[in-house]
Amino acid sequence: MEFWIIQALNALSFGMLLFLLCAGLSVIFGLMNILNLAHGSCYLLGAYAALSAIHATGNFLAGIFAGVATAAVTGFFLQKFLLQRIYGKRLLQVLLTMGCMFIIGDISIIIWGADPMTLPKPAFLRGSLMIGSIIFPYYRLFVIGVGLFFGILLWFLQEKTKWGAILRASVDDEKMARAVGIKVPALFTVVFIIGTGLTGLSGVLGGPFIGVYPGVDLEVLLFAVVVIIVGGLGSMKGAFLGSLIVAFLDNFGKALFPELAMFTIFAPMAIILALKPTGLWGKS
Amino acid sequence: MIGKSRFAALVFGAVVALAVVPLVLPEYYVGLVARALILSILATSVSLMLGHLGLASVGHGVFFGIASYTVAIFTRHIADSTWLACVAALGVTAGAAAVFGLLTTRTKDIFFLMIMLAICQVFYGIAYSWRSVTGGDDGLPGILTRQMAPWLDLRDTSAFYLFVLVVFLLTISGFWVLINSPFGLALRGIRDSESRMKALGFNVWLYKYLAFIVSGFIGGISGVLNAYYDLTPNPVNFGVILSSTALLMVILGGPGTLAGPILGALVIVFLQDFVSGITDRWLMVLGTVYVLVVLLLPEGILGALNRMLRPRTEPKQEG
Repeated sequence: MEFWIIQALNALSFGMLLFLLCAGLSVIFGLMNILNLAHGSCYLLGAYAALSAIHATGNFLAGIFAGVATAAVTGFFLQKFLLQRIYGKRLLQVLLTMGCMFIIGDISIIIWGADPMTLPKPAFLRGSLMIGSIIFPYYRLFVIGVGLFFGILLWFLQEKTKWGAILRASVDDEKMARAVGIKVPALFTVVFIIGTGLTGLSGVLGGPFIGVYPGVDLEVLLFAVVVIIVGGLGSMKGAFLGSLIVAFLDNFGKALFPELAMFTIFAPMAIILALKPTGLWGKS
Repeated sequence: MIGKSRFAALVFGAVVALAVVPLVLPEYYVGLVARALILSILATSVSLMLGHLGLASVGHGVFFGIASYTVAIFTRHIADSTWLACVAALGVTAGAAAVFGLLTTRTKDIFFLMIMLAICQVFYGIAYSWRSVTGGDDGLPGILTRQMAPWLDLRDTSAFYLFVLVVFLLTISGFWVLINSPFGLALRGIRDSESRMKALGFNVWLYKYLAFIVSGFIGGISGVLNAYYDLTPNPVNFGVILSSTALLMVILGGPGTLAGPILGALVIVFLQDFVSGITDRWLMVLGTVYVLVVLLLPEGILGALNRMLRPRTEPKQEG
């Protein structure tokens, strides 16, 4: 029984982390039709930058700030100086962002080396919660809380505010949005910065338990892609529920069949694709 | 486009040039050209989906990997026979393509790309973590016999090169026949308008499905050849980097052309060889090539050449 509860809590915290990771990818795709394959690089940079900042200052909050800022600035440059030149050309965007992923990954090896590293947990979140025989780290509870907070915040921003209305209008009909005076290019840049910044945050928060190492960019990209295949593209609800589904499958798959963990992601993805090719909550 | 006789002369010239490679180049470079030919077959399989169905894949390395691993596992555990291993590997790859095709051909556009990426990464992960079968990241040695016939021993670089060249020419010719057949025409019809082809009574799904299996099979051919080139299949060689570079080769050479993938593969293979002699930062150079191709050469080398030559030789006539 304890096994199941602890694994479920683990899966929940991993799911919330996945949601932070995927929300940016999903929003960017929903608005701009860009599949940013350098998305995993934002995770990587977020985690590494936080690591350096924490080593320098000893403060986890400084790490969060550094991680988010580094990822967001990278996103800004990627969108403003590279992707904007090939707007609307899907194939070229894929190649360009793939190339950027290789470049960022290799530069990170030069700066931070090739050894796997984990971020230290913030001091106030060390230790574990103990209820009976169930032991669960405070840090993971914190991640669950942050994930839920951002889930609600993003939902609120998108559905209940003027900014959300502008965003939804631009997704639904870009030309009409331009005609009524919405500055769509500026909106694109802002959304790209927010999306990549959020991904940087997921890197900082994931650093203490997933860690950061060369190749983690591709690994988290795989998770993000599977979440989007399962949940559907361009829908915040899909990103949220898809993250939870994938996290539970992955967590229990790894716990029960360690050698075949990859199949436990692949099989449900295949089943969902066979039933609904646009994902469970995707717009067709 | 160029005339028929000039086209034939170009093809003849290219084949002769490739055939004399073992006579004129040092052994090391013969191996490199062989590697480029192998990868150009993989790029051709990507080009079938991209050029004729409009579907970009960054996951075709999965066929390459499955074929290579099948050769290694077959010779290790079942029978130490080169021909049987090749046939088994091609069969397994085609079977895998038939299964993946059920998933991928229902999707479109960016979803196709994502599902191929996911399939490739998942199989990379399996090859990496299922150590008892695949040897994990140590790779899987076991390809010892390379005697195709009493007179054909693949251990000899020239013999191996000529074997690769023959397979390459057969594959490319087969590909050429296929895309110029009614089947190929139907594929391009689907690429341009799926609904129109449906209205004309074509079973669009079946065409896509068959094209996907053929594409996987061609990828399998390159994987089999690579098994005898590399000798130790390793997950590191079959991941997304290989797959997306195969796509890059298609774009770099010239999308939608027969020679494009070959040209792209030669450029990348020789560039990698050159860069690796200078620095360990090959991925950074490769990434930069991606960015430069996208920004400066989106029509590829052949496309750029064509555009440079056209205004002088053949004034544009459109009406």
